[in-house]
Amino acid sequence: MLPSIMLFAVVFVAAIALFGWSCFKRFRLVALGRAENRCDNVGKRIWSMLLYPFTQLCTITWRYPFGFNHAVLFWCFIVLLIANAEFLLNGLFPAYISISYLPDGAYFTLAFIFDIVSIIALLAVLLAVIRRLAFPPANIVARSRDAFVILSLIAGLMIAFFGMHASHIAHGTERAAAYMPVSSLVAGWFSGVSAEGLVVSAGVFWWIHAIVLLSFLNYLPYSKHIHILTAIPSCFVRSLEKINSQTREEFKKGNVFGVGQVERFTWKDLLDSYSCTECGRCSDVCPATFTGKPLNPRLVIHDIKANLLKNGPLVASNREAVLPLIGGDVEGSISEEVIWECTTCGACVEVCPVFIEHFPKIIDMRRDLVEMHARFPEELLGFFENMEQRSNPWGIAPAERTKWAAEIDVKPFEAGKTEYLFFVGCAGAFDARNRRTTLALAKILDAAGVSWGILGKDELCCGDSLRRLGNEFVFERIVKENIKMFTERGVNKIISHCPHCYSTLKNDYDQYDVELEVIHHTELINNLIGEGKLNLDRAEDLGKMVFHDSCYLGRHNDIYEAPRKALVSAIGHAPTEMKRHHKIGFCCGAGGGRMWMKNRVGKRIDMARVEEALKEDPETICVCCPYCMTMFVDGLKDENADDRVQVLDLAEIVVRALK
Amino acid sequence: MYIVCCIKQVPDTTQVKIDPVTGTLVREGVPFIMNPFDTHALEESLRIKDRYGLLRVVAISMGPPDTEVTLRKTISLGADEAVLLSDRAFGGADTLATSIVLAEAIKRLAEQEEVALVLCGRQTIDGDTAQVGPGIATRLGYSQLTMVDRIEGIDLPARKVRVRRKLEGRHEIVEAPLPAMISVLREVNTPRYPTVPMRLMAEDTAVVLWDNKVLKLDEETIGLKGSATQVRRIFSPERAKGEILGDGIGNPEEAAHLLLDKLIERDIISL
Repeated sequence: MLPSIMLFAVVFVAAIALFGWSCFKRFRLVALGRAENRCDNVGKRIWSMLLYPFTQLCTITWRYPFGFNHAVLFWCFIVLLIANAEFLLNGLFPAYISISYLPDGAYFTLAFIFDIVSIIALLAVLLAVIRRLAFPPANIVARSRDAFVILSLIAGLMIAFFGMHASHIAHGTERAAAYMPVSSLVAGWFSGVSAEGLVVSAGVFWWIHAIVLLSFLNYLPYSKHIHILTAIPSCFVRSLEKINSQTREEFKKGNVFGVGQVERFTWKDLLDSYSCTECGRCSDVCPATFTGKPLNPRLVIHDIKANLLKNGPLVASNREAVLPLIGGDVEGSISEEVIWECTTCGACVEVCPVFIEHFPKIIDMRRDLVEMHARFPEELLGFFENMEQRSNPWGIAPAERTKWAAEIDVKPFEAGKTEYLFFVGCAGAFDARNRRTTLALAKILDAAGVSWGILGKDELCCGDSLRRLGNEFVFERIVKENIKMFTERGVNKIISHCPHCYSTLKNDYDQYDVELEVIHHTELINNLIGEGKLNLDRAEDLGKMVFHDSCYLGRHNDIYEAPRKALVSAIGHAPTEMKRHHKIGFCCGAGGGRMWMKNRVGKRIDMARVEEALKEDPETICVCCPYCMTMFVDGLKDENADDRVQVLDLAEIVVRALK
Repeated sequence: MYIVCCIKQVPDTTQVKIDPVTGTLVREGVPFIMNPFDTHALEESLRIKDRYGLLRVVAISMGPPDTEVTLRKTISLGADEAVLLSDRAFGGADTLATSIVLAEAIKRLAEQEEVALVLCGRQTIDGDTAQVGPGIATRLGYSQLTMVDRIEGIDLPARKVRVRRKLEGRHEIVEAPLPAMISVLREVNTPRYPTVPMRLMAEDTAVVLWDNKVLKLDEETIGLKGSATQVRRIFSPERAKGEILGDGIGNPEEAAHLLLDKLIERDIISL
């Protein structure tokens, strides 16, 4: 039975048409999203589109060794893409297209490669099946039907490939037989089959191969494996910058704020939902998921996709959406509890192999809740009112901002007379424990001869928590007031010892046409040590020390080494690392406005992090952020470890080493 | 029907200082806020409207022209109208003169549309008298329901309201005919937060200004002239200077010992 060309042509055209229609239906929905420019800097984008997928740098990491299996499958897929294209074209135009028409050398090489790659792919699939069955990873739905369907289709494709070639080899009609070791091995099993039988089996395997291949193609758009189509474009449209700020909103009457319906997301957000392969790495690193809270970033992306598939076609034809994006407890709807659990630590974005931007979507949905509906956990009411009335989270009278400096001589900032503005920050000014960091830093600055001043009672909050909590309206008001003050007083160089102030002034204020040179105290101290401006002895022995990465310093601003280097200078050796550090450092639990919220479900994140620190048996925990400070102090107390472990800010350690 | 909500703009008292020389409040640079008790009165007005419909909430305030900012806030929270009572002649008023102006304004409103309820905060945080609400009720002849921590129900057709009053050690449920003046405690509700579209809308909404040309009150009965009381002097009572013990001590036991030692040393307690 030779493949009937006409029959195959009909099947082929139908399958391609169906695939095209499916893709159109899916991607038309992406186009419902709001506009966003992701096509600037084309050179860099093309480079990242080539770099990340083709090196598989995105999937292979030490943390996820099984990513190597994905890399193997990816490469097999690329090679077999050529093999299968040839297969399909040969089926349509057997007289014109076939690799067997190539000269021997080229043909034998290709035949060898396809044979070997096919067996590697089959083994990789087998490994994936075994892993899912025997060692299912906790962070994914390991035994999903979707996964097994896809793995079976790939395996089927490989088996058909070998069956077809083995039949030809057994029949003696394959001139590359000597270069196809696996097919030849399989051919051995066909030794008893008659010549007619082999012709039939070759035909049957050919059709199986064709049907499986076209089925695979048509299954893709309807499964999570649509990522095969979107992952590489995702690398092209990825954010080229660190995602450490949110987009501005235009506060004009008649506008809608935040994302309350799926089509309010940008097209990139919607594409993200298609790119997710449910690998679960985001859930694996998410502090909320880890501590048993309802938020699981993978499911947020999944629900956005489910919502788009349900509501998108309705919206596209101007009908009412039927499934609420926020508030429902069914698939495709994200509960308010989930939205409020995020600490915006950014670990999800950091580990995502296809550059999905999870937490910005959560902030967009917070904007909808806060700005359109004024709906948020009750404790935030006081926080928002305090911010509006007194520009600090606690609602303390602004006059108390200078209380920390009661016993030292501090100059007010004056352009020309002082170089840097020391932006003390709300925690640094009002919180008793963090005031000690402020004092330590003031001493260090003086010791190094840095010229600095403060705004005193006129200093306002930077607005970090407001923005992360989705209260963009009040955030913008505070930003504008701050910028007005900076401009009037000639501030352009700012020192901050809070990563939240630092990141906000540096990255968020940047959207408001203001030139600010913002430096975090860890960087500044490290620079001053490097320049020989700080005369350091060894600090008194603080015992074994672990270092905690602040999310808004490390992940959001890539400052990992400055504090560590400064520590080496101050204590003579590198600090001990916790199990999770640097890029996958675990959040203290206070970011994203969670500092001002109650822990309602699951374990407290700060306690989880303190437990991790205690595993290293430290005597001192070094932090570089006032929020982390508060979280560790509280966590240590509740773990009954505050009598044997102390928390110190880097500045407090360095000040002890000053000669 | 109207629910009239009386609002006062007050200085943020945590930031107010007294000028020791003149004995007056230093108001310069001190931000103004909506009297916190009034935010609860406004919230309750809005809830009544949400619950019973057919009612319009009108916020009124007597004060200098910049009180408009606070009245605009009431609109962003959901008030339907805002009326500012502002005139030099109203200035310097005590609670008597204030209640005369507010009562007259409410009378004018009642000429436009029936007034069912007047809601006030229990007291203001700057004057702390809790007299203006009752003063309005008295002058208008409305039922007077003070110290209310829950509105049990309103029967509009029967023109009746039933409230719970919080008294010392007990609650009292009172029913009274409408129109009534209700002054609320902070426990009555949790105020809402304005949405952005409402804030933007409020920015464009006009606050109605009524001066004494509108109210036509006898100038002898209002403002400083109409006030029965006058402030002679404002001062902070002398207070023994406090002391912070062991700032930053983390260990509760150590802190407790420190405190005990101090109390024993000062003969406040003895072993």
